[in-house]
Amino acid sequence: MSKMKALVCRECGKEYPTKAIHVCEMCFGPLEVKYNYEEIKKTISRKKIADGPHSMWRYLDLLPVEGTNFVGPHAGFTPLVRAKNLGAYLGLDELYIKNDTVNHPTLSFKDRVVAVALTRARELGFETVACASTGNLANSVAAHAASANLHCYVFIPGDLEAAKVLGNLIYKPHVVEIEGHYDDVNRLCSEIAGEHGWAFVNINIRPYYAEGSKTLAFETVEQLGWKTPDQVVIPMASGSLLTKIWKGLHEMKALGLIDNVRTKVNGAQAEGCSPISTAFKAGRDFFKPVKPQTIAKSLAIGNPADGYYALKATAESHGSMDMVTDEEVVEGIQLLAQTEGIFAETAGGVTIGVLKKLVKQGVIKKDEVTVAYITGNGLKTQEAVINSVGRPVRIQPSLVDFQKTFKMGKNGGGA
Amino acid sequence: MIKVRIPTPLRPLTKSQGEVETKAGSVVEMIEALNSTYPGIKDRLCDETGELRRFVNIYVNEEDIRFLTGKDTPLKDGDEVSIVPAIAGG
Repeated sequence: MSKMKALVCRECGKEYPTKAIHVCEMCFGPLEVKYNYEEIKKTISRKKIADGPHSMWRYLDLLPVEGTNFVGPHAGFTPLVRAKNLGAYLGLDELYIKNDTVNHPTLSFKDRVVAVALTRARELGFETVACASTGNLANSVAAHAASANLHCYVFIPGDLEAAKVLGNLIYKPHVVEIEGHYDDVNRLCSEIAGEHGWAFVNINIRPYYAEGSKTLAFETVEQLGWKTPDQVVIPMASGSLLTKIWKGLHEMKALGLIDNVRTKVNGAQAEGCSPISTAFKAGRDFFKPVKPQTIAKSLAIGNPADGYYALKATAESHGSMDMVTDEEVVEGIQLLAQTEGIFAETAGGVTIGVLKKLVKQGVIKKDEVTVAYITGNGLKTQEAVINSVGRPVRIQPSLVDFQKTFKMGKNGGGA
Repeated sequence: MIKVRIPTPLRPLTKSQGEVETKAGSVVEMIEALNSTYPGIKDRLCDETGELRRFVNIYVNEEDIRFLTGKDTPLKDGDEVSIVPAIAGG
């Protein structure tokens, strides 16, 4: 029996076959994979997972693909770093960084969702894959498509960081820059997806794609020794990642892999694009779309598809949300780099900035086991920090010049 | 006339047409006009109270009507409207 039963509408419950569709025909609600948990429960165990591959595919039983002919076989299982220095700085006893800056192959958490999406797309018989992206997703789709010999179109806003544009072109997909924000890109792609028989990973393949994010929850729990953290801080663009981490924790409980979920789920946005955090702070369960204006371009989604569900998950978990200025984003990037040696992109600066705020507010307490999700690599958003990091000291290739510059005596010492 | 782009989930109601034309002075009127030509379309777009469903986005000349005046956003001859499922992207 297949582990996937159907696609089911999250709003009205209508069921559909497990094909490339993402919207309920009746109420426009999002479709989600319905699993055969009873069957999965019979075979899944901590041991089976621990004996699995050193990648996110060790959680294959809970991922929506049928076979094992994976696109992206090495994605996931990134380090959970015990952040002692940053913890001490913030006043937290047990802080961890889930470090997806080193995810394979394109250095962001998107390699997880794309591995699932393209594996499923190939199973469904597609030969062309595409996406609407703020950058990281496009990089990942382009790289995976190259390795899987799939035709590829990526659609991006016209103002992306240079490394994210280059990080598409190198794989030679069709790169389409749209004059406008991500929300314009997304609307256009929704319309294109309706006309062309392509696998748009975050449109008609979205029910499968989004499930890949659950692996961040699974790995965190396994790496903590099969314990859930007390607090997690998650960056929000569409809100999908936060929603799926919450779902992943509950799936582990439902399958008996853990006893309880006590985790509080906290969402982080940049002030210049914070429709979800703003709604949370105002006590609303719906958001108002915004026109993004922030250096955190990977999170610059003004009309977040899962905003409603992210608000719901955070409320259910008794978590919180907050936002930080662009200056705080840069400070967050520097703080993480200088305490833990991890160079995150702007979304990571948002996460660290909001983590700092939540600790200050007393929302996250000293003795709580806390995990911050760092989802992308700083080498891709160098523009954000280039004016804040100083310059190298330039000297002649001479010992005298070196010692003079650093005010050292002949036998060492000095500054 | 107003040109309206129809998303895939609604095409079973519009005889598979991806684009239709109608006459209307506002978004609300457009929904009513579409519903008289293609019965049932209003129920898909609006909930029991007549408000647009949570996961329906409507754009007039590429602008989200939530940045304009919502359902009351005026329409004039030659305007282009897109109805787009909200669940996409990210």
